[in-house]
Amino acid sequence: MGLAKRIIPCLDVDAGRVVKGVRFVDIRDAGDPVEVARRYNDEGADEITFLDITATAHERDTIVHVVEQVASEVFIPLTVGGGIRTAGDVLRMLDAGADKVAINSAAVANPEFVREVTDRFGSQCIVVAIDAKQVDDHWEIFTHGGRKPTGIDAVTWARRMVEFGAGEILLTSMDRDGTKAGFDNRLNHAVAKAVSVPLIASGGVGNLQHLVDGVQQGGADAVLAASIFHFATYSIGEAKRFMAHQGVEVRL
Amino acid sequence: MAQKIAVIDYGMGNLRSVSKAVEHVAGDAQVRVTDDPGFIANADRVVFPGQGAARECMAAIGKHHLNQAVLHAAKGKPFLGICMGLQVLMGHSEENDGTELLNLLPGKVQRFDGLATGDSGLPLKIPHMGWSPIRQLRTHALWHGIPDHSRFYFVHSYRVVPDDVSLIAATADYGVRFTAAIERDNLFATQFHPEKSADVGLRLLKNFVNWGV
Repeated sequence: MGLAKRIIPCLDVDAGRVVKGVRFVDIRDAGDPVEVARRYNDEGADEITFLDITATAHERDTIVHVVEQVASEVFIPLTVGGGIRTAGDVLRMLDAGADKVAINSAAVANPEFVREVTDRFGSQCIVVAIDAKQVDDHWEIFTHGGRKPTGIDAVTWARRMVEFGAGEILLTSMDRDGTKAGFDNRLNHAVAKAVSVPLIASGGVGNLQHLVDGVQQGGADAVLAASIFHFATYSIGEAKRFMAHQGVEVRL
Repeated sequence: MAQKIAVIDYGMGNLRSVSKAVEHVAGDAQVRVTDDPGFIANADRVVFPGQGAARECMAAIGKHHLNQAVLHAAKGKPFLGICMGLQVLMGHSEENDGTELLNLLPGKVQRFDGLATGDSGLPLKIPHMGWSPIRQLRTHALWHGIPDHSRFYFVHSYRVVPDDVSLIAATADYGVRFTAAIERDNLFATQFHPEKSADVGLRLLKNFVNWGV
């Protein structure tokens, strides 16, 4: 037995509420991030990621309260991403109880920002999130939810971010995100091979075999999914048992 | 009277998780995140967490004038080191081209070499991040109710190698077999993060809160 591959449910949070419909029949308020996080923890999630998609600045503080409440009750690693632009933002999340903070657009706008925060807070708590789309025969990174092209090669970028201190890479295929067609495992494998830190694969999970493929074909150290868990299509426990049956080491 | 538990704060990393987890299991105990040597000296138990680089941790401990408070507590009362709070108890670290540590436990801190290959055929990733099973090498009050081979959450790039291997309370494997926990008298220290290890981690913290040395 060795290190388990991690299963990470991701919650989109808008103004303090879980969005994209969580359908658990047996929880009282499916929009409450604390209840949903508790549920995932009980099912055996290895970590939980919160993606803050709050559009308005004055509601941004709500994610801090969400993290504080979840961290008081759920004792597994918590990652928060979305709208992290300054060292002050990182500090606020860590102080609230986040273990890791994911940085995306701010790293593209200013790569030195990643060095600044990894020097200050340590690599272990800085995840660089990369949204990549296939362009011809390679992948480029996009920002602003995949709308804005940058012309930067995704594999080169991942390697650079690790040189700048990133402790982990969260890689989302914008081609697959929301399709339920499975991960882009050529992309995952290209990045997994290129970097020395753990890779979290994201984007496109529609069934449990996709999670297995992310590990076995993509070389991912962790797999992140949203809708298959939110809609209770599968529980985390079912996902893990399926993966174990397919030869993936998981924490059961 | 309710017992007092100090979570030592020397400005390195996120102590919120640790204090919340200890509070969660500590009943009516007073849990305080503190850099006050007086509170640490009077506390019934001390938790010594830490994250980040060895040299910065040592500098921060010095800056907060906590060397003596830490060493004194580590010799005199139930003391739980976590992650960097284990590593800085050793003698010497390879990190930052060599860093002298508190030297309470003779031994060294070495980097995972990253040469081993994982089951994907790719080199093992550094940091070692995630849930690995640990092998308990002896019975101990802090293992009470925790099945052997339970998985705990780790995140670290360096591992401790004590001179006296009889201090090793648990091992785990990541390319090499390494020290997952050390114990000596009133001291217990883990490379993993009990505060992030779900039920088994909370159980370990509860055992610590109830540990009568």
